[in-house]
Amino acid sequence: MSVKELVKKPVLRKGIGLGAVFIIVQLLLMTGVMNDYYFATLVTICINIILASSLNLITGFTGQLSLGHAGFMSIGAYTCAIFMMNVPPGWGVGAFLAGVLLGAVAAGVVGLLVGLPTLRLRGDYLAIATLGLSEIIRIIMVNLDITNGAAGLSGVPRFVNWIWLFVFTAGVVLLIANFLNSKHGRACKAIREDEIAADTMGVNTTRYKVIAFIVGAFSAGIAGALYASYFYVIKPDLFGFLKSVDILVIVVLGGLGSLSGSILAAILLAVMSSLLQSFAEIRMVLYAVMLVAIMIFRPQGLMGSKEISLALLKKFGKNLTFKKKRV
Amino acid sequence: MDQFMQQVINGLSLGSIYALIALGYTMVYGIINLINFAHCDIYMIGAYVGYFCLTVFKLDFVTTVLVAMAACTVLGVTIEKVAYKPLRNSSRITALITAIGVSLFLEYGMMFLVGPNVRTYPEITGLLAEKFNIGNVIVSTQQVIIVGISLLLMVLLQFIVKKTRIGKGMRAVTLDADAARLMGINVDSTISFTFVLGSAFAGIAGVLVGVYYNSINPLMGYLPGLKAFIAAVFGGIGSIPGAMIGGYTIGMVEVMVSGYANSMYKDAVVFAILILILIVKPTGLLGRNVREKV
Repeated sequence: MSVKELVKKPVLRKGIGLGAVFIIVQLLLMTGVMNDYYFATLVTICINIILASSLNLITGFTGQLSLGHAGFMSIGAYTCAIFMMNVPPGWGVGAFLAGVLLGAVAAGVVGLLVGLPTLRLRGDYLAIATLGLSEIIRIIMVNLDITNGAAGLSGVPRFVNWIWLFVFTAGVVLLIANFLNSKHGRACKAIREDEIAADTMGVNTTRYKVIAFIVGAFSAGIAGALYASYFYVIKPDLFGFLKSVDILVIVVLGGLGSLSGSILAAILLAVMSSLLQSFAEIRMVLYAVMLVAIMIFRPQGLMGSKEISLALLKKFGKNLTFKKKRV
Repeated sequence: MDQFMQQVINGLSLGSIYALIALGYTMVYGIINLINFAHCDIYMIGAYVGYFCLTVFKLDFVTTVLVAMAACTVLGVTIEKVAYKPLRNSSRITALITAIGVSLFLEYGMMFLVGPNVRTYPEITGLLAEKFNIGNVIVSTQQVIIVGISLLLMVLLQFIVKKTRIGKGMRAVTLDADAARLMGINVDSTISFTFVLGSAFAGIAGVLVGVYYNSINPLMGYLPGLKAFIAAVFGGIGSIPGAMIGGYTIGMVEVMVSGYANSMYKDAVVFAILILILIVKPTGLLGRNVREKV
């Protein structure tokens, strides 16, 4: 196999792209160009990428509108934080990895328990049911002793660095991308297009909806665990309705059914949010206006249901040159 | 027993307010299939308009209610024209996110304009402040007025929907908007009229809550809004008597849970009821069953 053929393999291409991102950020960190403030933004971006791609799997690819994604995130965050704060300090980074795994599994199990009954509901009813469930989770967190009530937990050990952040973010995105390219992913997309038709063609719709829900909840749990282990403090209010809306906005802005769109939108919104930092008072107002404007003028989001790929870039380039010739 | 009766009275007043807000949700959902998240913020704005009428302009109670109704109506129709009308033919999720956007805009816009702090409604004097005893149960005139106004409005609404020309139009658009248009019904103005009714009710509910509970803030609409929507779902979305039954049930459950169990869990119990009803009977108590077409 010649080098040229090797480069054309998609696996290798993805590997090269991801490796390049990793090395560039690592270099920026080592040279000190990326200070703590920028790194905190980067952590937010990565966590949002995980949350948005997992919600996109549920809402964009399987077509099940969920307004309670922050609930799963909070389960991951609390499980991981409580575990890490209660194991002997000698465990080191093992405690962190076990905590993340435990948080993700806990969120996944709750996803299964929640998904089985509620996924029978359609559209808006499902949205309200998931919103209700995430509120119930929040109220339980406020009332339990082990979660320290409304004040929340503080002093969660910090293990998140660029390496772990990268491993988990890339891992989740690849997991979801591969899931979507599999038989299961195609079944999910069929459900989105037409649930009755998919059912008639022999797709077990309930099963695939629940699978998508569990994978989404599991990933949200990872995001929550990373959040807890980077930002020291977690409290129930962080995971309210507004957080779920934030995640949904990223997904819709990027385009329902476009993973690369979610990643793009997560980066874009984080950059915009830090630019608006100086207008703290009207930040939320501008955010709301932007949300309504996007919905009215570009309801399909930035990417629609397309993915960023070399083919798309080539097509874009061709269009540009074509237009130039016509002029 | 006395304590129980007292809780029933409190539950009735709270339930009336939920029922008033739930009517707006149920009518809008019935006609354009949209959970109007901004509805609870219209109620919040109604409370603020009432507050300024009573404190700054020193109006009397009846005028205050009328002004709040008018302001909320204008606001509701404006929202419908600016934000929802361009999306009439787009997907459900787009409309839903727009509604959430409008809701955030109203909440944080108000926070920017009047500040995030809690404000206290002025003390109401005269007839409205009086309390009387029935046996050992204390009932205030306010509670009687709240329950009375809501019952009156619901009868009025039922009359409008069932007996008038525009009400007939509303029912027709709810069943099938395209067929209604073909029959010569102006669908756009019918939808606007629905928003007028719903927003006016929310405005009244806002003032009543301000007078009854005394304190208002820009985020006061969020939880009552959700609970009113739950009430609408409970009773069967699209049904006016359903919204009423749902409102009173939710109000009663909430008061009983805080009275006899842990008040911290009252919201969780309400949400649990929602999930239970959605699983057992998704169409609600009085909802009609729509058969799925292939």
